[in-house]
Amino acid sequence: MATVVNPVAERENYLNQEYGVRSWLLTTDHKRIALLYLASITFFFFVGGLFALLIRLELLTPAGDLVQADTYNKLFTMHGQIMVFFFLVPSIPAVLGNFLVPLMIGARDLAFPRINLLSWYLYIIAGILMMHAVLTGGVDTGWTFYTPFSTAFSNTKVIEAGLAIFVVGFSSILTGLNFVVTIHRMRAPGMTWWRLPLFIWSMYATSIIFLLGTPVLAITLTLVIFERAFHLGIFDPTRGGDPLLFQHLFWFYSHPAVYIMILPSMGIISEIVPCFSRKRIFGYSFVAMASIGIAVLGFLVWAHHMFVAGMSIYAALIFSFLSYLVAVPSAIKVFNWTATLYKGSITFSTPLLYAFGFIGLFTMGGLTGLFLAALGVDVHVTDTYFVIAHFHYIMVGGAVMGYLGGMHFWWPKISGRMYPESLGRLAALIVFIGFNLTFFPQFILGYLGMPRRYWQYPPEFQVLNVLSTAGSTILAVGYLLPMAYFLWSMRYGKHAEPNPWGAAGLEWMTPSPPPTFNFEETPLVTWEAYDYGNIDLPKEVPVER
Amino acid sequence: MSEHVVSTKLYYAIWIALLVLTGVTAGVAFIDLGPFNTIVALTIATLKAVLVLLFFMHLKYTSEKMTSVVVISALFWLLILLALSLADYTTRPLGVN
Amino acid sequence: MSDSPAIVESHNAAQQHHFADMEQQRQASSLGMWLFLATEVMFFGGMFCAYLIYRYWYYPEFAAGSKTLDIRLGAINTAVLICSSLTVALSVRAAQFGKRKLLVTLLVATILLGLVFLGIKGVEWASKFEEHHVPGYSFHFEPQAPSHPNTKIDPQRIQIFFSLYFAMTGIHALHMVIGVGLFAVLTFYAWKGLYNSAYYTPIENAGLYWHFVDIIWIYLFPLLYLIDRKK
Repeated sequence: MATVVNPVAERENYLNQEYGVRSWLLTTDHKRIALLYLASITFFFFVGGLFALLIRLELLTPAGDLVQADTYNKLFTMHGQIMVFFFLVPSIPAVLGNFLVPLMIGARDLAFPRINLLSWYLYIIAGILMMHAVLTGGVDTGWTFYTPFSTAFSNTKVIEAGLAIFVVGFSSILTGLNFVVTIHRMRAPGMTWWRLPLFIWSMYATSIIFLLGTPVLAITLTLVIFERAFHLGIFDPTRGGDPLLFQHLFWFYSHPAVYIMILPSMGIISEIVPCFSRKRIFGYSFVAMASIGIAVLGFLVWAHHMFVAGMSIYAALIFSFLSYLVAVPSAIKVFNWTATLYKGSITFSTPLLYAFGFIGLFTMGGLTGLFLAALGVDVHVTDTYFVIAHFHYIMVGGAVMGYLGGMHFWWPKISGRMYPESLGRLAALIVFIGFNLTFFPQFILGYLGMPRRYWQYPPEFQVLNVLSTAGSTILAVGYLLPMAYFLWSMRYGKHAEPNPWGAAGLEWMTPSPPPTFNFEETPLVTWEAYDYGNIDLPKEVPVER
Repeated sequence: MSEHVVSTKLYYAIWIALLVLTGVTAGVAFIDLGPFNTIVALTIATLKAVLVLLFFMHLKYTSEKMTSVVVISALFWLLILLALSLADYTTRPLGVN
Repeated sequence: MSDSPAIVESHNAAQQHHFADMEQQRQASSLGMWLFLATEVMFFGGMFCAYLIYRYWYYPEFAAGSKTLDIRLGAINTAVLICSSLTVALSVRAAQFGKRKLLVTLLVATILLGLVFLGIKGVEWASKFEEHHVPGYSFHFEPQAPSHPNTKIDPQRIQIFFSLYFAMTGIHALHMVIGVGLFAVLTFYAWKGLYNSAYYTPIENAGLYWHFVDIIWIYLFPLLYLIDRKK
C-alpha cells in the first residue's frame, strides 16, 4: 500500500468497485449490505418517529381531540412495533455489526455472505408486510400483542403485523448465526479471544440472544396467528386458555430483546471511550464477561413484566430477585467506562459527547429499572408513564445515543469522508437537551399516576405533557441534523485518512473506505486490544511472512 | 476426508435399538405404572434422542467442542423456559384452574 | 503466502473465496447448521412449554384427547422416521466414500420415507376432521369411557389438547416438507456428481436437520399418543 495522498475517487474501494443497482441489490459484500440496512432502518426510524410525533401531538391537550381512541391505540402500537422490531433491534448489529465484524477480526467477509444478503431481503419483505399492515388499517393491540384481545377481539391487521415481525425476527436470527460462526471461525492469526475489541464481544453476546430468544417470539406469534386464523383455543379463556401463557412466551424473547437493543450500544461505548481518553479500557476482561453475563442473566428475568398480571407471588419474588442480579454486569460496565475516563487525555469529540450522554442516561434508565424490579414499587408505577420513561431512557438515551456515537465514530471509515465536527457537537447537544425535556417529565407523570396508552388524561397533567411534547420537537431536530450533514459529507466532506482518530483496532489499519476484500493479505495480530499506551502500535496491517 | 467414518454395522445396530425402544415405549404405555408411565415414556424418548444425537448426528465423533457447547446450551435454554414458567404455574394458589 | 511462484495452491471447486481453506469452510458450515438447530429447539420449545403447562392443568382432558389418536399409525410413523434417519446416516457415509449411485439411492429412499410419513399424517388429520376434533366452531367431542368413572371431561378445555396437537404436528409436518424439498435438491446435485470424499458438507448438514426433525417426533409420539393408554 503506497500512500494515502491519492484521492478516494482514484483508489478502488468497496463503494466504487462496481456501480449500478444490481451490484448493490445482489452484493454479498458485508459493507454494502451494511449500507443497504442503513437506508432501510433509517426509513423505519422516520415512520416510527412520525407515530411518536402524532402521539405527542395528541397528548398536548388533556382531551382526546386530535384522533379517536381507537386510532390512538394504533399510533402507540405501531410506534412500538416499528421502533422495536424495524429500528432498534436491527440498527447496530445490521449496520455497524455487519460493517465492522469482519474488519475488526481481520476477515475478508462474514462466514455466510449470501445468508447475510438473505437477511436483508427478509428484512425488506417484512418491512413491506408491515407497511402494508400500517397503511391498510394498522394494528391496535399494543406492541405486546396481549391475548385474548389480539387473538379474539381486535379487528385490525394482527395477522399481517405478526407475520411481518416473524419474518424480521428470522432475519435477525440469521444475522446472529452469521456473527457467531464468523467470530468463532474466522479470526485472523493472533486475534485471540482476549484480544478481540469489546464491540465484538458485545456482538457475540447479542447474537446469543438473537439465536436463543427470537425463535420463541416466532412460535408465539405463529400460535397467535393460528388462533386468529384457525380458531385454535390455546389462549382463549372461554376454552380454558391462559392469557398469561402468552405473556410468558412473549416476554421470554422480549425481555432479552431489550438486551439485544442495548448490548451493541454498550460495545460502541467501549470503543469510543478508550480512543478519546487515550487509555486502554479499564478492566477489559470484566467488560467482556459482563457482556456475556448480561446476555445470559437477561433470559432469567422476563416475568417482571407480569408482576400485576396474575402470576404467582412466589414466582414473582424469584423474578424480582433475578432482575436485581442482571443490573450488576451493567453497573460493572459503567464503572469501567468511568474508570477509563479518569485521568485520561480527553478530547470532546462528537462520538465522546454521545458516549457521555449514553453513560449518564443509561444509568438513569437502568436505576429506574431497579425501582420497577421491586414488587412493591411496581404495583404503583406499572403501566404508567414511569415505565415509558424508564425504557425510553435506555432505548433512546442509551441505545440510540450509542448508535449515533458509533455512526459518527466510524463514518470516516464507512464513507471515506469526515462529517463537520462542530455541527456534530451541536447536534449531540440538541439531542441531549431534547431527549431530557421529552422524557424526564414522564418519570414525574408516571409517579403521579398518569397511565400509559391513554389518549386523554386529567388536566393537572397537562404542563408536564406540554414540556414533553416540546422536547420531542427539539429531539426531532437533533436527529435530522446528522442525517443532513452525513448526506452532505458524502459529496463535500473532507476526505478521511485511514485512522483520523488515532484509534486502535484492525479496522483503522485499512484505507477509508476499505477495499472490497478488506485487507490485502491476512493480518497477523501481535498486540493487545486498546493498546493506546504502546507507541509501537503498527500504522499498517502487519502480515505473516 | 477429515471426518470420522462410522461403520455400517454400528448404524444398523442403532437403528434396531431405536425400533426396539419404540416398541417398548408403545407397549409399556398399556401397563398401569401410575405416574411412572410418563417418566418411563420420556426416559425412553430421551434415550432414543441421545442415540440419534451421538451416533447418527456424529456428536460422539466430532473434534469440535463448540458443537457440544451449542447442543448443551440449547437444551439448557429450553430448560430455563420450561422451569421458570412452571415456577409460576406450580405455585399459583389452588383453585385457579 | 508463499514467495515461490511455482507452488500454486489448488482450490477445491467448492471453496468459497472468503475462507482460507476447505476445512475452515466445513467447520463454519457445520457450526452454522448446529446453531440453526439450536434455534429450532427453542422454536419447538415454545410449544412444548404450552403443552407442559396445559397438561399440568388439564390432565383428564389431555388423556381423553390422546386416546382418540391412532396409536398404530403413530408408532408406524415413528418407525418410518427412524428408518429415514438410517438412510440419511448411510447416505452421508456413501458421500464420504464417493459412492455416487449409492448416495442417490439412499437420498431417494429418505425422500420416499418422508413422503410416507406425511401421507400417514394426512390420513390421521383427515380422520380428526371427520370426527369433528378440529378446534373451532364445528368442534364436537364425544367422550369415550373414561379411565376413572368420576372424571368429567370439559368439552371446552379439551379443545386445547387438539389445538396443541394440530399446532405441534402441523409445524413438525411443515419441517418435514422443507426437509423433503431440501433432499430433493441434494438428490439432483448428487446425481450430477457434485459430492465426493473431499466435499460432502451439504449432505452432512442436511442430514443433521433431518435427524433433528426425527428427534422432535421422537418426543411428540409419547407426549401426544401415549398420555393414558391404560386399559
